[in-house]
Amino acid sequence: MFAYIVRRLLYAIPILIGVNILTFTLFFVVNSPDDMAVSQLGAKYVTPEAINNWKEKNGYDKPLFINAGAKGAATFTDTIFFTKSIKLFALDFGRSESGRDITSDISIRMWPSLAVALPTFATGIWVNICVALMVVMFHATRLDRWTVFVFVGLMSISYLFYIIGGQYMVAKTWRLVPISGFDAQGQVWKFLILPVLVGVIAGIGAGARWYRTLFLEEANQDYVRTARAKGCSEMSVLFKHILPNALIPILTGVVVLIPTLFMGSLLIESFFGIPGLGSYMLDAIRSQDFAIVRSMVFIGSILYITGLILTDISYTWADPRVRLS
Amino acid sequence: MKSQTRAACKAIALPLCVLALTACTEGPWNNPNPAVPEGKMTYQSVMSPAPPKHLDPVISYATDESLFLLQIYQPPLGYHFLKRPYELQPLALESLPDVVFLDAEGREIEEDEGNIAFTRYTLHIREDEHFQPHPAFAKNDKGDPLYIFNDAQEGEQYRTIPDFPRTDARPVRANDYAYQIKRLADPVNLSPMLGFMAQYIVGMPELSDQLGQVERNGWLNLDKYEMAGLEVVDDQTLNITIKERYPQFRYWLAMHFFAPIAPEVDRFYKNPGFAQRNLTLDWWPVGSGPFMMVKNDPNTEIVLERNPNFREDYYPTEGAPGDAELGLLDDAGKRLPFIDRAVYRLEKEVLPLWTKFLQGYYDRSGEVHANTKGFFDQAFVVGPNGLEAAPELADHGITVTEDVKPSLYYYGFNMRDPVVGGYTEEKRKLRKALQIAFDTEEYINIFYKGNGVAAQSPIPPGIPGNLPGKAGMNPQIYDWVDGGMRRKSIDYAKQLLVEAGYPNGRDARTGEPLKIYIDVQSQAISNTSMNWMDRMFARIGVQVEYRPADWNRTREKYLTGNTQIFSHGWLADYPDPENFLFLLYGPESPLICKCDGANNANYESEEYDEAFQAMRVLPPGEERDREIAKLVKPYQDDAVWLYAFTPKEIYLNNAWVHNTKRHGIDKGTLKYVRLDTTLRAEKQAEWNQPVTWPLYAGTFLIISMVLPGITAYRRRQNATAR
Repeated sequence: MFAYIVRRLLYAIPILIGVNILTFTLFFVVNSPDDMAVSQLGAKYVTPEAINNWKEKNGYDKPLFINAGAKGAATFTDTIFFTKSIKLFALDFGRSESGRDITSDISIRMWPSLAVALPTFATGIWVNICVALMVVMFHATRLDRWTVFVFVGLMSISYLFYIIGGQYMVAKTWRLVPISGFDAQGQVWKFLILPVLVGVIAGIGAGARWYRTLFLEEANQDYVRTARAKGCSEMSVLFKHILPNALIPILTGVVVLIPTLFMGSLLIESFFGIPGLGSYMLDAIRSQDFAIVRSMVFIGSILYITGLILTDISYTWADPRVRLS
Repeated sequence: MKSQTRAACKAIALPLCVLALTACTEGPWNNPNPAVPEGKMTYQSVMSPAPPKHLDPVISYATDESLFLLQIYQPPLGYHFLKRPYELQPLALESLPDVVFLDAEGREIEEDEGNIAFTRYTLHIREDEHFQPHPAFAKNDKGDPLYIFNDAQEGEQYRTIPDFPRTDARPVRANDYAYQIKRLADPVNLSPMLGFMAQYIVGMPELSDQLGQVERNGWLNLDKYEMAGLEVVDDQTLNITIKERYPQFRYWLAMHFFAPIAPEVDRFYKNPGFAQRNLTLDWWPVGSGPFMMVKNDPNTEIVLERNPNFREDYYPTEGAPGDAELGLLDDAGKRLPFIDRAVYRLEKEVLPLWTKFLQGYYDRSGEVHANTKGFFDQAFVVGPNGLEAAPELADHGITVTEDVKPSLYYYGFNMRDPVVGGYTEEKRKLRKALQIAFDTEEYINIFYKGNGVAAQSPIPPGIPGNLPGKAGMNPQIYDWVDGGMRRKSIDYAKQLLVEAGYPNGRDARTGEPLKIYIDVQSQAISNTSMNWMDRMFARIGVQVEYRPADWNRTREKYLTGNTQIFSHGWLADYPDPENFLFLLYGPESPLICKCDGANNANYESEEYDEAFQAMRVLPPGEERDREIAKLVKPYQDDAVWLYAFTPKEIYLNNAWVHNTKRHGIDKGTLKYVRLDTTLRAEKQAEWNQPVTWPLYAGTFLIISMVLPGITAYRRRQNATAR
């Protein structure tokens, strides 16, 4: 397995370079270094000298990809792309265009993101699996058909509706919890109840329907019939036989998400005032802060690759027949 | 049955846990504000959707940031809180600056002599101005700065300013103002004002060049560098010399760019490793104003506290007409500031902001951005008698404050465009026809809920030169009828189109329909407003095509002149007509200056430019008013902008907040705000009683779903095989 992991990590390097080139190209297709300078300096009284000065100080006074004026390796290394990208691979994210330390910002902001994403993720999976198993238990009954109808209904509703509806009813009309905010030093849980509740409810439709499909496939297998024939209780059949055998597709969809939980959620964080990485990324895009966008995309890629490797490893745990080599 | 009971218990447990957890909190369950220190009068407010990026007074150039900087720093001058039109007054100075005019040899001359080469401003700093307590001023037994480190490890235990155990302070001296001006000149600081100020302050370009050559290794003591236009006469006196005459310079002295920075503070923040922990002047400002920053977490909240060293300052005893009736002089002569602490929480969406305001958790509905449209829809409803406060506001005792900022939103014609540009009579008539067709009043009513004032000239209300009534009316678009302005008729606009060579909206020579192109910024326009504009121009047979683009592409179009009609906005830096009239000054055209000039219309008029140059250097008075009138006339005759208006922002205040008058320019007004915290606590408790029946209903619903399931499951388990 060790050799497999090392090989996968080596595969990750060209992927990360590719992601970096793509991010860089897309960003600079939309924004030129001059645009970035004006955005940071403000739209009033900006002189060409101020723009040049900003570009020089922030290392944007070089060509983007190829420095025709340089010789040898400097043709490629004395460029914005190389100078801005190479440090990423040493996990040195540098400073944002407004001068703040990105590593420091990320290390502070990832905790609020996790505080919301982790309970939403764990509770969501638990609720979805339980609901799906319950529906499977009553398969081909009126309850099953109605539940699937409700699932499709829940899936069809926009995520925004859940957020705004939840805020309006629970926080505004019933005044049970704060409508938004975050207090890292105080009663954090008070601010998490609503976003977690909204996140879980919004995910039930798609999640439980997907798991139902997986479980139904297993429910018709011979070993399930055998278990029932042996006199196992329905609970035992569901949780001890069907669930473990349906784990592979579940893990495929779930484990890959675990590392990316650090990245937070754009919508939830924005509406509930959670100071996490999701809103950090959104603010950076709005303010054309390439240093932050680049760093966040890079971290996101690393986490996604980590998630994929963890998924492969988790297969060996879920199914002893699987061997990584 | 046992398992049924267990499941029912579980179902009940969840809401009970929520109840129990929530009941553990002090006060209402939904209180989003952290506990405040006992006995401190705390103002609860909001930051704008974008948290401040810069708090260094030489770098910052955004109103969101001024909101904090102007509570913390004391620039030399400030504005009278209540008087309108806006009135400059000394803030950190004993009196307004002494102004002396000099000739090329540096000899003092009279103002009316024509050979003014320089103007010298003498600033007399107040003796009672003191910096806030800060570790940068702390000294060891030898009198050396206590917190100066040789390497990053030495001071790594300090993550924020409150981590430093020892602080000290000292009086503000004239040199601190000089030091800040040198920081403005230092190219390393990337001040957005450097290019502009270097045109005026003597010696600034030279110092900037000199500092640009210096090899840096840590702190650079700017006191070692001379700047020709700065002279520190003594601890309380500073001379600033600028080139020629620029009377508007005094307004710049009221901005944070000219706030004092102690060299010790600059040195402190250049400690090795401090920047990596965001221990910078850009994050932790150090001033002599009424408040100091004690927490800076722009992701959640920024907290200001009363500066214990703030000098004696008192609430004004005079105001504008009507202020006394509004209770704005009730606190006249009282010591400032009234509050001890201000918490600004980041709020990005309107619904949470509005809800928290209604629940009494925010004292006011906003600070620098009124969220007028979002708020207005919720706060006001159309009733049988017109606009009425929403029912949920009726018993809250909420007061409304209007803020007409000195600003303009406008659509301008590119005067170099072959279709709508140019200075022939036909082109003027075409533009006037389009101006008349664009019903600004209806536009404001529909899209701004009536919160705006249609502009008659480039000078917005509240600024000298903006004339009320008939005297200020644009006679090209309006007629004065029955004591009021009335937009000229569509028939007249059609007639103008005929005379311009476009009968019924078609080119008389080619028969092609006239199509105009409007460049709009994508975020700033909606489909409904585009549909509305289509309808307006269709009345005179003109077709419109919109070219939405983001700001970067829009800026490119300005720089290349590749636009026909463009949208733009301008918020004044200072309340002087010059700050608006320069929007049409020829040399400010991006095509002429090859820079981000303000004259995006590329308007060129010798008559206008000459009058502008004359007006720019004149002191307020009749002669200046005459020059301003000369500037307004060509704007109206040449029909340079399609339309313009000044938005009116609406802020709401809870009943316990006093002295809420808005100042369109100065954001340093927190010191005047007074709170009745007893009333606030009472109202918060009254308005936020939790509604608990949904918890019980939810519990019942879960039980009613779970129990039949369990029953069905048990029945199935116990069923015999069929």
